[in-house]
Amino acid sequence: MSRPTLQDKLAILSDAAKYDASCASSGTAKRSSRKGDGLGSTEGSGICHAYAPDGRCISLLKILLTNFCIYDCAYCVNRVSSNVKRARFTVDEVVTLTLEFYRRNYIEGLFLSSGIVRSPDETMGEMVEIARKLRVEHRFRGYIHLKTIPDADPGLIEQAGLHADRLSINVELPTDASVRAYAPEKDPRTIRKAMADVRLRKEAAGERSHTGRRPARFAPAGQSTQMIVGADGATDATILGQSTRLYSSYGLKRVYFSAFSPIPDATAKLPLIRPPLEREHRLYQADWLLRFYGFDLAEITGASPDGNLDLGIDPKLAWALANRQHFPVDVNRAPREMLLRVPGIGTKTVGRILTTRRHRSLRYEDLARMGASMKKARAFVTLGGWSPGALTDAADLRARFAPPPEQLSLF
Amino acid sequence: MRTVALPKEGTAAAWRDAARGLLGAGTPPEDVVWQYGDAAPDLFAGPPEGPAAGAARAPRSFVALSETVCWHADLERFARLYALLWRLRGRPGLMQDRGDPGLARLREMEKAVRRDRHKMTAFLRFREIEATGARRRFAAWFEPDHHILEPIAPFFMRRFGDMDWVIVTPDLTATFTDGDVSFSDGGSRPPLPEDATEELWATYFRNIFNPARLKVKAMQAEMPKKYWKNLPEAAAIPELIAGAQARARDMQAAAPTLAPARAARISERLRMTEDLPPVDDLDALRREAEGCDRCPLHRDATQVVVGEGPRDAPLMVVGEQPGDQEDLAGRPFVGPAGQLFDRFAEEAGLDRSRAFVTNAVKHFKFVPRGKRRIHQKPDAGEVQACRWWLDAERRLVRPDLILAMGATAAASLTGRGQGIMKRRGTFEETGDGTPVLLTLHPSYLLRVPNEAARAAAERDFRADLSAAAAWLEEHAA
Repeated sequence: MSRPTLQDKLAILSDAAKYDASCASSGTAKRSSRKGDGLGSTEGSGICHAYAPDGRCISLLKILLTNFCIYDCAYCVNRVSSNVKRARFTVDEVVTLTLEFYRRNYIEGLFLSSGIVRSPDETMGEMVEIARKLRVEHRFRGYIHLKTIPDADPGLIEQAGLHADRLSINVELPTDASVRAYAPEKDPRTIRKAMADVRLRKEAAGERSHTGRRPARFAPAGQSTQMIVGADGATDATILGQSTRLYSSYGLKRVYFSAFSPIPDATAKLPLIRPPLEREHRLYQADWLLRFYGFDLAEITGASPDGNLDLGIDPKLAWALANRQHFPVDVNRAPREMLLRVPGIGTKTVGRILTTRRHRSLRYEDLARMGASMKKARAFVTLGGWSPGALTDAADLRARFAPPPEQLSLF
Repeated sequence: MRTVALPKEGTAAAWRDAARGLLGAGTPPEDVVWQYGDAAPDLFAGPPEGPAAGAARAPRSFVALSETVCWHADLERFARLYALLWRLRGRPGLMQDRGDPGLARLREMEKAVRRDRHKMTAFLRFREIEATGARRRFAAWFEPDHHILEPIAPFFMRRFGDMDWVIVTPDLTATFTDGDVSFSDGGSRPPLPEDATEELWATYFRNIFNPARLKVKAMQAEMPKKYWKNLPEAAAIPELIAGAQARARDMQAAAPTLAPARAARISERLRMTEDLPPVDDLDALRREAEGCDRCPLHRDATQVVVGEGPRDAPLMVVGEQPGDQEDLAGRPFVGPAGQLFDRFAEEAGLDRSRAFVTNAVKHFKFVPRGKRRIHQKPDAGEVQACRWWLDAERRLVRPDLILAMGATAAASLTGRGQGIMKRRGTFEETGDGTPVLLTLHPSYLLRVPNEAARAAAERDFRADLSAAAAWLEEHAA
């Protein structure tokens, strides 16, 4: 067999990396190369440089250092028992690819992950070396996201945080029991400890010492994690409970949900399904309601007896339909907390309503101009020139929003 | 009727100067004709002179709006901006009115320019061209919807500071050489040499795509087709879409294969290295406690936090449960209450390094609240379940005296947690006869709302710690 070219390796190792949902490149420290002594910049918001036909943004060069792996996680394309083609980049190949892609404005930076070869320390050591070379030798000021290996030596994680903008450690599945069942070599407790360690280091880096010196910054864009949805039997209530707990415990920037998606050469242990994309979408909506709209977990998952979200309509609308006694809301008088609960009105629109109504009272046309989705909102609001009348309590209100029922196919 | 012609370079600054003058002279919007670029250079009237007096003030939010909208392609933009500025004279609050139709239209234009700028930073693609000096050189062709090259150039200067580059657009060209930028007339698409890195990029694009998640509309909403012709990776899109469903189906239909021979060997080797022999019995206890699922608290906590201190410690200090910081660090008494205990213990002459410190419950009990975790008191069942570990620690350390801090510790050690305020400062006994001195939990000292009660609690706590120190001294011999 001839030696694989750089292009062959790139094909294999990007194919193996696509199951990581995160591609964020935002929220890190501001950096620039305006003085001509380096390459790259970061300025708060990230940039999506391309979109693949799966609708996902491509912001970073998302690759694996290697897809050889000694672990046998059932959901993973790279598990030791899989027959996929294997490849391994050298440190310099990753550095060169990152810089050359960056110079042509293809990417915001690098998202490096890896299968585990020989030992966690050895693999993590090489990943840290790549980040160090980029930052120190090539003065690269773009974004670096390193997927941390939880079992690696804490000293390596500290090094990783000094060079990378973001660290992430995947919790993989929503419950400890599923992790044990499908990722036998991984220990949920080790994963949690590693996340706790990152939070403590980040907090320590934010405190000045007694001499007033500020320590080196540690992962300025914070840490994130990902869990696979739909591979095990966990309900949405379990998943959201877990994400809420993770946000509060480890100061995570994001908990990503990744719909379990078919992989080449799957194992018999975990039969492939069509990826539950709609469910993933509803979970993200619920996640937003919990973090930015003042909803409680029980309010969102309490409405459904089986602990799963309504796939037909969004969770905010589902809550409003189940709690119609609070509606219609008077847009000109309601407090911020109540405006946030109106379907079709988002945080930005609420901000606009609040600034405008300081000066005058609002009418129906105003609300549409401010960005509200009136199709949803109109049943739940009253304001100048509009009253929903009996619409709020109409029995068929849900049917107006939900997609029409589909006849099940017999074949 | 005044005619104002604005240049293609420095448009926003020129508009601002002109508007300031017009407003100062009291010229109403209907008396001004705005022209842009080469449309009518001979009618150039220049910024009208006039008193740029106090009348020509505008809210800061308007200035920010005008600086973006001036780069819009719509010829009406200058007149619309000036009309709003005119209306703002008597109504400074107008900028906050998100429902005003005139302002709403300008906000839309602002959004269009911002989006166009953002898409340019995203979709512009450089190709490497021959260098003329020491720095590498790159060039790009881009077709924006609005006149945005000038305001966006600083972004590329910050980002690509160590290379030279040229960006050509239909109406303007920016050239960046040795750290200086200059602008010249635009042009048509320049012939750029092939760049081998584009093939690697297209390879990456093809392989990062997941065929099982085809969502063409979502892609096009963010990357409309009008950009595709200048994107090297876009050529692969039709073929990726066409083959996606078949690829996803094939993955699902494929029968599971036999694992490669090396897999079993590697997995076996991993299992062999997993369990380490115990080093000393406290270590063994910790390792055993890590797997504890005697109560549900292990599910939400990060880790078990067992006691620490010398094995022959004469004093064992028992608190309630690890808090947020202890849960993260995996060590007892490191959070705010632990630090408070250390301070008081030192004052009372208790040597913390000679004491074994631990908790009645070994996992943190909490409810998530946004970005924080709110401490919850462990219930009787949880205290009972965890006594197993506390008893094991007591058997290993065999302390002469136990200091029980708070009701939970008292309940675990003496079987009764009620009335701690009355019982504090007294000695009781564990089931096996070890003396237990009862006191308050230091976190109570952190929570007492009023000054007088806190002073009293601190006095009591200090007295109890001193009593413990005295007892130890007395029984040392």
